[in-house]
Amino acid sequence: MTAEIDCRGRVCPGPIIELAKALPGIAVGDVLAVVADDPAARHDVPAWCRMRGQEYVGEETADDGVPRYVVRRLS
Amino acid sequence: MNVTSARGYLDTASAEPLHPAARETLLAALDRGYADPRRLHRAGRDARLLLDNARAVVAECIGARADEIGFAASGTDAVHRGLLGLARARSGEGVVHSAVEHSAVLQAVGWQDSPAHQSVPVDAAGRVDLAAMADAARRPGVAVVALQAANQEVGTVQPVDALDLPDDVPLFVDAAASVGRLPLPTRWSALAASAHKWGGPGGVGVLAVRRSARWTTPFPGDDGLDQLSGSTWVPGALAAAAALQAVLAERDETAARQHAQVDRIRACAGALPDTEVVGDPVDRLPHLITFSCLYVSGDELVAGLDRRGFGVASGSACTASTLEPSHVLAAMGALTHGNVRVSLRADTTDDEVEGFCAALTAVVTDIRAGIGT
Repeated sequence: MTAEIDCRGRVCPGPIIELAKALPGIAVGDVLAVVADDPAARHDVPAWCRMRGQEYVGEETADDGVPRYVVRRLS
Repeated sequence: MNVTSARGYLDTASAEPLHPAARETLLAALDRGYADPRRLHRAGRDARLLLDNARAVVAECIGARADEIGFAASGTDAVHRGLLGLARARSGEGVVHSAVEHSAVLQAVGWQDSPAHQSVPVDAAGRVDLAAMADAARRPGVAVVALQAANQEVGTVQPVDALDLPDDVPLFVDAAASVGRLPLPTRWSALAASAHKWGGPGGVGVLAVRRSARWTTPFPGDDGLDQLSGSTWVPGALAAAAALQAVLAERDETAARQHAQVDRIRACAGALPDTEVVGDPVDRLPHLITFSCLYVSGDELVAGLDRRGFGVASGSACTASTLEPSHVLAAMGALTHGNVRVSLRADTTDDEVEGFCAALTAVVTDIRAGIGT
């Protein structure tokens, strides 16, 4: 079961702030999904992972069609 | 140089304040250059003289011949006419372009859908993949290649003259960000620029088309560069030429000063936590620097700096007319939120730069204090 944060309706940098707050709450090696309809999240989730040394796993789609960006905690 | 009225205005990559040489020339030419330069009467001949003078000066400044120069209604108009005119003269319809071209180029490309269009990726500094572009140019259906001289958002210079193209594929260069600031590429079939980006008046675009290039006007009207967008604004064209000449006379001195000022801002922005300066740090436009601050929105940054007297641009989605962030930052893999683009005036002072650095630190610190990260 992947932990998930719901950022539907939030615009930049809201989803990234939520991601930064939530990631310490999961174990190293686990993954966290950010569900966000803000188009900027598609670029900013991978960029955040690069800047913070976390792994960007990839983009999926939630049941309602909203993009779901998956991140693995590395540290 | 300009008086201090523009102090704090740091968005010259959008529009440079009118250069004093342009103002002086414009005022004089308004009373002389009103007639239609195509007419054979005395007033017409007078306007023709001014227009030919403007063409000759601009030609010399950008490395072209006077009969290769036309004045358009804006930089965007020059881009559209230049790029689409090269494409129209060819049998294919595909445009190969870098992923970080100005939106004027991308809009021209998107005007007619084609499976032969191809966007070529850039590296993390925003520099195009030259080998990929050369390969793409050799595919069937390609009419023209478009590559900017330097990027308007992050300042990275593109290696235009190093691009290996087949002999029959023309090259369109959007030089709007570079003219008056850096030596220009020499290998182009058509080149476009915009006078208000070097201190000329708004409403004056420049389109240069090599005599050896095949170019056909893509819009209704006569072929030829003399009256590109209908009647040319003769006083504006002459003022644009005067500004360019003046700017070029001081170019190296201005660039050296701006390089040092940009390095100061780079150090200040780089010292902020979670802030990434983007674009090539060395091979770049002298007057421009771009960075992104994590957890901060671009519109809050722009508004906070504006309250402290500094006008800057941002590529973040919340500052744009759409929800889409800057395609340039996205193509580079850079953070798109919290983005600020600072572009210095020719008369920006060191003191002003220090003031900006202090304001930036205060604004970013204040915004972050409010969100608890």
